[in-house]
Amino acid sequence: MHDILPTLEAWKAAGEDVALATVVRTVGSSPRGVGSKMAVTATEKMVGSVSGGCVEAAVSEAALEVLRTREPRLLTFGVADEDAWAVGLSCGGTIEVFVEPLDW
Amino acid sequence: MTSSKTPFRGFVDRVKAHQAVAVATVLEGPDGVGSKILFDRSGPLQGSLGSRDLDALAEARAKDLLASGRSEIVELAGHRVFIEVHLPPPRLVIVGAVHIATVLGRFARELGFRVVVSDARGRFATPERFPEVDELILGWPNEVLPRLGLDEFSYVVVITHDAKLDNPSLLAALRSPAPYIGALGSSRTHARRVNALKEAGATEKEIARIHAPIGLEIGARAPNEIALAIMAQIVAVRNGAEGGVA
Repeated sequence: MHDILPTLEAWKAAGEDVALATVVRTVGSSPRGVGSKMAVTATEKMVGSVSGGCVEAAVSEAALEVLRTREPRLLTFGVADEDAWAVGLSCGGTIEVFVEPLDW
Repeated sequence: MTSSKTPFRGFVDRVKAHQAVAVATVLEGPDGVGSKILFDRSGPLQGSLGSRDLDALAEARAKDLLASGRSEIVELAGHRVFIEVHLPPPRLVIVGAVHIATVLGRFARELGFRVVVSDARGRFATPERFPEVDELILGWPNEVLPRLGLDEFSYVVVITHDAKLDNPSLLAALRSPAPYIGALGSSRTHARRVNALKEAGATEKEIARIHAPIGLEIGARAPNEIALAIMAQIVAVRNGAEGGVA
């Protein structure tokens, strides 16, 4: 949380539309714990991370969609999941990431 | 319920103020996905999950999780709710504004610790030497340490190289619930220190809490290596790990 706060505050001051992605569950080994966050602006700026870099690209795509639809989404990435391999989850384990439009 | 702040704004404000806080968010359910409510240890602060019943269920779980410091998903009346708990960040208290302290402070900040540096010697405890620390305190350890309110989130490193300053610092730290107390010095220095602490009234059990010689064994010689060894030991203690080879 602390790692991305200064950037979030700066984005807020600049009037950016921001989606927030939070790791809400991890199973097995996973480099970033529950509560880890990344944020994405409608202008495609990014800060923070939710994995060791494995799923950030997929999460940022979902974040942009969430900003368009204003509907939160719950994403699941896991090694047993073919889609996860497709986006390159090579770090093992399973993570769930909640992506929501930031309202503050 | 107070103020027109959104729950997320309230969450951020409390995180920034180093206060314990929990925010519950509906992840999945028949309604209210994305709605949030904020709690501290005493009860609800802002927001709602959509019904009083659901809010009350979330409050009970949030209070349990605030006590344990964990964040997790809970099932509440057909809703999957993520309760995210934020406790104050760990704090590294360095007694001795020596060179190792400058490096140790940087490592600690990188690892998410707040850093307090204290020394009785004005030549050492200068803002020029410690531009990045959260607090720099000039004063005698027996006065400064009790004032810091050392708690279960406080990690204490005593590295003044001077027994007159080290020993009162250690005595003050031993009276606190700080999970880590480390003291710089060789085994021989520590043996002398143990005698002095015993004479000052510390028990064997208390003295056994002191990590000395300080730091994990990584063959550290240079000050930055010693700082790394100390920081690695603190991380190991915080994570409940032995600190050996995985």
